[in-house]
Amino acid sequence: MTGFTGIAVLCFLVLYAPLVPLVVYSFNHGSSLAIWEGLSLRWYYSAWENELVQEATIRSLVLAISAAVISTAVATMAALGTTRTSPYKGLTLVYALINQPLMVPEIVTAVALLIVFAVIRAATDYHGMAYLILAHTAFCIPFAYLPIRARLEGMDLTLETAAADLYATPLKAFKRVTLPLLWPGILAGFMLAFVISLDDVVITELVKSAGQDTLPTYMLGQLRRVITPEVNAISTVLLAISVVVVTIFFFLNKEKR
Amino acid sequence: MGEAQTKAPGTGTGSQVQASAERARKARVRAHWLLNTPALIILLCAASGPLFVVIIYSFLTPGDYGGIEWAFSLDGWFSVFMQRDIFEGTLSVADAHMSILWRSVRLSLLTTLTAFVLGFPTAYFIATRPRETRNVWLFLITIPFWVNLLIRTFAIMELIRNKGVINTILMSTGIIEQPIQMLFTDFAIMVGMTYVYLPLMVLPIYASMEKFDFRLVEAGYDLYATRMKVLRRIILPLAKPGIVAGSILVFIPSLGAYVTPRILGGGKNMMLGNLIALQFGQGRNWPLGSALALTLLAMVMVALLIYVRGVAKQDSGRH
Amino acid sequence: MKLKVLIAALGVSMMFSNGPASAEGELNLFNWGNYTNPELIEKFEKETGIKVTVTGYDDNDSALAKIKAGGHGFDMVVPSSNYVPIWIEEGLLLEARPDQMPNFENLEDQWKDVDWDPGRHYTVPWQWGSVGVMVDTAVYDGDINTSSIIFDPPEELVGKINVAPEMGDVIGTALRYVGSEPCTSDKEALKKVRDLLLEAKPKWLSMEYGVIEKIAAGDMAASLYWNGAAFRARLQNPDIHYGYPREGYSLWMDSVGILADAKNVEEAKTFLNFIMEPENAALISAFARYANGVKGSAEFMPEDMATATEVIIPEEFKASGHFVPPCSPDVQAIYTAIWTELQK
Repeated sequence: MTGFTGIAVLCFLVLYAPLVPLVVYSFNHGSSLAIWEGLSLRWYYSAWENELVQEATIRSLVLAISAAVISTAVATMAALGTTRTSPYKGLTLVYALINQPLMVPEIVTAVALLIVFAVIRAATDYHGMAYLILAHTAFCIPFAYLPIRARLEGMDLTLETAAADLYATPLKAFKRVTLPLLWPGILAGFMLAFVISLDDVVITELVKSAGQDTLPTYMLGQLRRVITPEVNAISTVLLAISVVVVTIFFFLNKEKR
Repeated sequence: MGEAQTKAPGTGTGSQVQASAERARKARVRAHWLLNTPALIILLCAASGPLFVVIIYSFLTPGDYGGIEWAFSLDGWFSVFMQRDIFEGTLSVADAHMSILWRSVRLSLLTTLTAFVLGFPTAYFIATRPRETRNVWLFLITIPFWVNLLIRTFAIMELIRNKGVINTILMSTGIIEQPIQMLFTDFAIMVGMTYVYLPLMVLPIYASMEKFDFRLVEAGYDLYATRMKVLRRIILPLAKPGIVAGSILVFIPSLGAYVTPRILGGGKNMMLGNLIALQFGQGRNWPLGSALALTLLAMVMVALLIYVRGVAKQDSGRH
Repeated sequence: MKLKVLIAALGVSMMFSNGPASAEGELNLFNWGNYTNPELIEKFEKETGIKVTVTGYDDNDSALAKIKAGGHGFDMVVPSSNYVPIWIEEGLLLEARPDQMPNFENLEDQWKDVDWDPGRHYTVPWQWGSVGVMVDTAVYDGDINTSSIIFDPPEELVGKINVAPEMGDVIGTALRYVGSEPCTSDKEALKKVRDLLLEAKPKWLSMEYGVIEKIAAGDMAASLYWNGAAFRARLQNPDIHYGYPREGYSLWMDSVGILADAKNVEEAKTFLNFIMEPENAALISAFARYANGVKGSAEFMPEDMATATEVIIPEEFKASGHFVPPCSPDVQAIYTAIWTELQK
């Protein structure tokens, strides 16, 4: 399928093309995103100095990792609980519930959560990150669930059945056979969930308590005022981190084999 | 796993067998429910549960400055579909809402299609790489998404604006003389949404193809099948669950998109997400916002139901 | 393995999960995003020992919704002048009596008693500005002190105009253009405005916020927008000028108030008094580039601001600027209907 390779290359080009000016302008000396005024590390320095930015970045990452881990774990279980079985009572309801966060525009979930959480906050006087983690986990679940489910569907049962015969306990059969087979789906689900959480603006904006700005909500504030290459600098740093993660992952993977 | 118990040895009388099979079935169902429970609890707390608030709100009266008054009213639902002319007082179909709805559906369908055309070959490409490099390719798909949605959207704007990279290149090479107005058009919204949601198409398709043994494709070629035939008979059916999942993941968020239309569309033309946000914000009509959101939800549900029924029928027809 | 990761993640997240502490010496400020000068906060913390946490919001209505819902943990908020009466009426602001604070006399006289907060019982000015027209004079060199630039644009500007996506500002300016007042319930005027806007819209390029870079780089040539942004754009491109529509233009003032359910009231009062100090008010302006309303703050401000016609309204245009009242719910509903029709 040589045509496919061509389109795939195009696809990667499209994905990375907008990042080039983004990275280039992070080194702009001027404060514009559109007029080049010479090379400088000014905005990296300013992001580094900016406590708000640093805190927001770390908070975003922690939130995304927590939400992605929890949502992938529960989504994997739910995928196992809803596939490869003759339909049982309530199965459709389970589908509907799992996919529901996808079908409601973010702003609506956000307002609904604002109202519900406000009641809980007032009652418990707890203002921590748990609200954000819970909210993010919920809307990440369908994103984690769908790839895992797609992987499970049509996955060959004979191996597992054989394993069940040999190992006797279902848990072992799951660990040794099902999980490794399922792994690519889980990984895809995890990455989706992570990215979706990292991106969220609308729900975070309404759910956050005092001192809980994430990177996206911080940037939302800039949207109306003035956007400087500082956000480009932060984005470039995040890109660099992701590249490092990929590299480490690649070598770890290699060693295992 | 539940499957382990399916092979209950069949000794004894018929009724005993039936009874034990019934017990095994019940145990299996119980195990499945147990597996679903954690996800359901989280969803009930932070997604479906709060949605009841929205349902209730859609039947109340808007508060003077946002929020609601606890008085029953059907006005919210009424104004989703009908409008009373503000000046003449005549009743008519709410054509502003209808045209916004239609724009959202049209752009979301186009986005899904474009994402599929780009995403399917890419997923295929990744799935046919050597096993140890596949995860790296997958990461390459997600890396751009470490950059926040807002910033990515701005990055696209840099590319397509009049004095942006693409127009500058086209003009300096003499292909065009006047810059092409791409930014602030429906085209820009579609490009932006495709860009934003592309991995949501690629990852599920990849996940469904990854387990596939591509020697089968080679075998197909050996049997002198044409490429189109191999694609249609082998690859597409195989990737179907992934394609379904990917299309849902792209289509539905596109319908409710808020940021992309606002930035790349230049905010001149609303999509459903913006209309709903307006009602919860400056419009101060939460019941109408709730009713609009539930209308969207109902539409998506119906579309999905028809789709799932169709797929199921097709499947049972084949086997 | 996964469990370990989970526990680790939860552990890390706990580090950040203290939430806003309500112990003494804390202050939680809820302000517009990217609107609070970090140097101002630093100076306040150094002088008073009170630790300040700043959290951002994106628009008046979402801030209002959030505080109204309760359980928010904030002490202070910065609503715009046309929202302050709503906040007061809804009982969300504390009657902190800034008019009795020592630094109150530093306020310019015109801000000591204002329509939206009679006698200044609740709020203190943060920054104020206007909604006017920015024009790239290299593209159009005619008269720019008119809102016809937006509503009936000259040939040169057609297809190059941006309009801030602010329902109240756009419809308010249009109402003045047709000779009426913002928030009027006069249906004839509102109808005229609807027709005017629907007719003008095809001549517009966009309705968005990212104006400064684009007008400076030449992607657009005019915009209905705020004065501070016009000032920034002129610093990037000297051809960008700011006009004050003689048909009438809107003024606004973002005002700091203490929330009725604030936990750190004393700290918040200290902050109110602190920002009425000229030197500190100047820090606010130096960051977001709007005027602050405190006497004598100009001498602490960046030099370019003291002479900027975007910040200091020239005498001849002063009379046509007016503050906007909050619209009644009925009028707000008509505004929304017009706005929806405009963007359908």
